[in-house]
Amino acid sequence: MGKRREPDGLEPVAGNGLLNRRLFLERALAAGAGGAALSVSAANAEPLTVPKWTLEPGASFNPYGKPSKFEDKVVRQFAPPANPATQGVGSSRTPHHLLDGMITPNSLHFERSHGGVPDIDPAQHKILIHGLVKRPLTFTIESLMRYPMTSRISFIECGGNSGGLSAAQPAVLNVQGIHGLLSCAEWTGVKLSTLLDEAGIDPAAKWILAEGADSQSVSRSIPLAKALDDVIVCLFQNGERIRPENGYPVRLLVPGYSGNMNIKWLRRIKLVSAPVMTKDETSKYTILLPTGKAWQFVLPLEVKSMITRPSPGINLGGQGYHEISGLAWSGNGKITKVEVSADGGKSWAPAALQEPILSKAVTRFRAPWNWNGGPAVLQSRATDDTGMVQPSRAQIIAERGLRGQYHFNAIQSWAVDEKGVLANVHA
Amino acid sequence: MFTPERSLLVAGFMLVANLAVAADGPGLGQPITAADLAPWDISVGPDGVGLPSGKGTVQQGEAVYAAKCQACHGEKGAGRPNDVLVGGQGSLPGDKPALKTVGSFWPYPTTFFDYVRRAMPWNEPKSLTSDEIYAVSAYIFNLNGIIKADEVMDAQTLPKVQMPNRDGFTPFPRTAKVD
Repeated sequence: MGKRREPDGLEPVAGNGLLNRRLFLERALAAGAGGAALSVSAANAEPLTVPKWTLEPGASFNPYGKPSKFEDKVVRQFAPPANPATQGVGSSRTPHHLLDGMITPNSLHFERSHGGVPDIDPAQHKILIHGLVKRPLTFTIESLMRYPMTSRISFIECGGNSGGLSAAQPAVLNVQGIHGLLSCAEWTGVKLSTLLDEAGIDPAAKWILAEGADSQSVSRSIPLAKALDDVIVCLFQNGERIRPENGYPVRLLVPGYSGNMNIKWLRRIKLVSAPVMTKDETSKYTILLPTGKAWQFVLPLEVKSMITRPSPGINLGGQGYHEISGLAWSGNGKITKVEVSADGGKSWAPAALQEPILSKAVTRFRAPWNWNGGPAVLQSRATDDTGMVQPSRAQIIAERGLRGQYHFNAIQSWAVDEKGVLANVHA
Repeated sequence: MFTPERSLLVAGFMLVANLAVAADGPGLGQPITAADLAPWDISVGPDGVGLPSGKGTVQQGEAVYAAKCQACHGEKGAGRPNDVLVGGQGSLPGDKPALKTVGSFWPYPTTFFDYVRRAMPWNEPKSLTSDEIYAVSAYIFNLNGIIKADEVMDAQTLPKVQMPNRDGFTPFPRTAKVD
């Protein structure tokens, strides 16, 4: 392998080999000089042969498509429940290290359920709106399908996502194990405000209680102002009817708010004057502080990001050019900036943000990196349009300690060793 | 008397009404009476609104607990394999792991009633009678030292139970931006 020199435009812009994101914008790599300069491959390619699939007809059609048989490792990951008698309690996680773009395929959207996935017949299902309204109303799924629809690309993140980073010693986990309780889909349905207006809102109403039709009847109180702002009664997920594990036949999307509030299998909305103080807004999904007090109604997921590639299991094949790619999101708005570091946060380079950049959706970021074959610590740091910058782990600890359990949005670190193998570390 | 003038007037009102519906949606919600929706109206607020009639004692609750709860929550609420229900008072401040139980952490007695009624026992949710839920509430509150052994739980007494961590919660300081 010859000694490499750095052509114009390929000087690092931050420590340990981070390159200018303009490499993407100006297509410098594709133009030739850049790509050649960063290539470490010298040997000629093998002569080409004509493979058999070019020489025979392919398979016929099928009614519902599935991935290539070669992609059978791209699956959700879940642990067996602590109590074998309570199957269906827990979660399964999205394999972000094996995906790209901003949309999570429906079969890989994370799952979280407290009492298993109910088997709901849409012809028999109804939603009820009552409480502080002029006219209590029920709606069938058939009737909801006749309402004006709206679509929104939005992330949903479990309040407990990334809780593994609270461990004093870094957990041996990949991006799926740490951050896999986040997914992003296009959700389509009826604005909740339309249905509430039809029922007639009593001025005394300040909150709504949303409740599921699952065995646990999971329920959460949501501020009425949020319900009237951007909450959607969803029927479709990425163009098809919502999957059973994600709330079939109807669920709430509460954009940017704690995942548990996006009630699946929605059956009831009750307008109330004050929060109902359900189990999931008192004993769970509250953040215990070192003072002994706990934050309650921690509603928005605050600004956060993760590097999905390279990451544990997607190791570096060799030194030279690599793309650092990941996702950034904020429950408070749009992502305005993502920076990446290859030296554990000593220096930062701005990443390129890929369009579309949408409020309360994930934004894909990419940064070019010339790995010199030595140790590195990769980090990403996101900023949103409220000006909030993703905190460091030390800042989180200073603010709330390590017992918060929920809404852990600290900068996370992947260590790279000389073999190009990545691991979760606290840095 | 139905005159042509009144007919026009009625038609005019109907037109306005139809337009109003069309602006928001097709107006397909079906009205339902309070009595007919009652089987779904299972939530109980911290003021006790929504609590049913019925009552239960600590002693009755012990029997309900042994039959319906103990397999998952352990003897006397000690936990394992599922959540611990008793103890942990004083464990919340500091940086050591906290023991968050009904006694140490839950701020409202109504939350316990609401949750048990909707979700427990896990394999037979919504199967307990109101008397059984009041009784098992009394049992767990008594094990946590919150009520005396002879206190009876009903729609009047249960909301008045003072949970030790009633003032242990504070709103998240960074309120959401509603755009």
